[in-house]
Amino acid sequence: MQTALRTSLPETELASRANFAPHARVVREERQDERRIQASGLPLSIRGLRKSFGDNEVLRGIDLHIPAGQFVAIVGKSGCGKSTLLRLIAGLEKIDAGSISFGQDIQPEDIRVMFQEPRLLPWARVLANVEVGLGRDRASTDAHARAEKALTEVGLADKREQWPSVLSGGQKQRVALGRALVSRPRVLAFDEPLGALDALTRISMQRLLERVWRDQGFTAILVTHDVSEAVALADRVLVIEEGRIAHDVTVNAARPRQRGSADLAGLEGSILSHLLSADDRT
Amino acid sequence: MSLIDSISLPRSISLPRIDGLIQWIVPLAIIGIWQVASVTGFVPTRVLPAPSDVVLAGWKLLLSGELVRNIWVSFWRASIGFLIGGSIGFAFGLANGLSQLSARLTDTTLQMVRNVPHLALIPLVILWFGIDESAKLFLVALGVFFPIYLNTLHGIRTVDPQLIEMGRIYGMTDGELFRRVIFPGALPSIFVGIRFALGIMWLTLIVAETIAASSGLGYMAMQAREFMLIDVVVLSILIYALLGKLADSASRVLERLTLSWHPAFQKR
Repeated sequence: MQTALRTSLPETELASRANFAPHARVVREERQDERRIQASGLPLSIRGLRKSFGDNEVLRGIDLHIPAGQFVAIVGKSGCGKSTLLRLIAGLEKIDAGSISFGQDIQPEDIRVMFQEPRLLPWARVLANVEVGLGRDRASTDAHARAEKALTEVGLADKREQWPSVLSGGQKQRVALGRALVSRPRVLAFDEPLGALDALTRISMQRLLERVWRDQGFTAILVTHDVSEAVALADRVLVIEEGRIAHDVTVNAARPRQRGSADLAGLEGSILSHLLSADDRT
Repeated sequence: MSLIDSISLPRSISLPRIDGLIQWIVPLAIIGIWQVASVTGFVPTRVLPAPSDVVLAGWKLLLSGELVRNIWVSFWRASIGFLIGGSIGFAFGLANGLSQLSARLTDTTLQMVRNVPHLALIPLVILWFGIDESAKLFLVALGVFFPIYLNTLHGIRTVDPQLIEMGRIYGMTDGELFRRVIFPGALPSIFVGIRFALGIMWLTLIVAETIAASSGLGYMAMQAREFMLIDVVVLSILIYALLGKLADSASRVLERLTLSWHPAFQKR
């Protein structure tokens, strides 16, 4: 059985994937219906993944299996390669060596990324921005209804006709989340999505992330520099050091999680000491 | 999905109320002081005719049909020249903003030509075209070309690369990416170019009509000078000011219609 391996794709691949042959479209629509019934996550297998920028080898052989629907947080110091790993998973960068497999053929709409910046189109109203997330389904008749549903999920249905410039930072990020969710992705990658928000907004956004993840069951990959955020949200925390996975920590705590509880704090402390001891060695 | 969808219209265009009148206080005051100074003989009418005399001269020219004809000729030259130069500048701006090859091929050449003051070409243009219409159109088009070219290019180059990456991730085709991300992103800068170009358009036309023309406002002013009709000279200058203001207002209205998303154009 042929699985979709994401190997060195040229950058234009993303654009050219939008022009599928008509028969492929029919197949995809059937798949879409099936997916709406069971919008489940995809498993992820990474083998021997390497990536360099010039002489700088950022990822030095990553082997990783993520079961479908798991919430994985990736932490590490800046420059450790965590964002690069996320961009490779999302198909934003070319792979130098190794492979990333999702166990089956995937569509561009199956994987979505949320960045630290909301990246909303300032000249499109909130609802139109969410519709962008539908990808090739933008022209379909239920595009509006689906975008409104996604906007309701992130609690911004009343802002649908606003310009992004009048929204607060947290609201913009929620619109970006709605845009990522509207195509019912099966893998959602977050690149420090809450990094630019104030502490209170962060906490309410973390709750929102946890809720939509539990509702929709996608596989979530969260890159963050905030260990307490990683521990509060993830099933599993990966610590990356110098381009390799240095620690793989399982978080066994009931959901929804109580922030600041003793066992989470203990786990946070031990991950932090891992990170800091690496600092002492260098 | 067309451009109109992506830049959608604002709900209402506010009409200028009392606030809008404030800007006219200073020009009206100047005219008032000027009238008083002329009537009292403080400023000799040989140097500067009274505003009332200028209005009278305008009225006479209006009745003879000369004024309307000359304004129309100048307006026509300005618009056609602007359209030609503006479209070529816009096309080059797009091409060089979107294609590295095109930019490397033509940008250096265009920058060299830009450094020649286009009015310096007047002797050459007269030799080429005589004092024909094409001479004026050529000069206006050339003058208008550069601000629009430079600002379109700058606008496209400075579109947020993160937004372009976002568009690609969400499966936009090249055409959609242009319509929904690149062009709207470049539009504020393009408008800066248009407003610069409008200024250059009038400047070029005045000079060209003053030096080599047989009709138009500049010609009217030069003819009046020959016959010492100082009121007509002043009238021509005022009409230029008015036309320039009109062109600027038109571009502002257009800007407000298309950039209603921009924080600078939102009502507080």
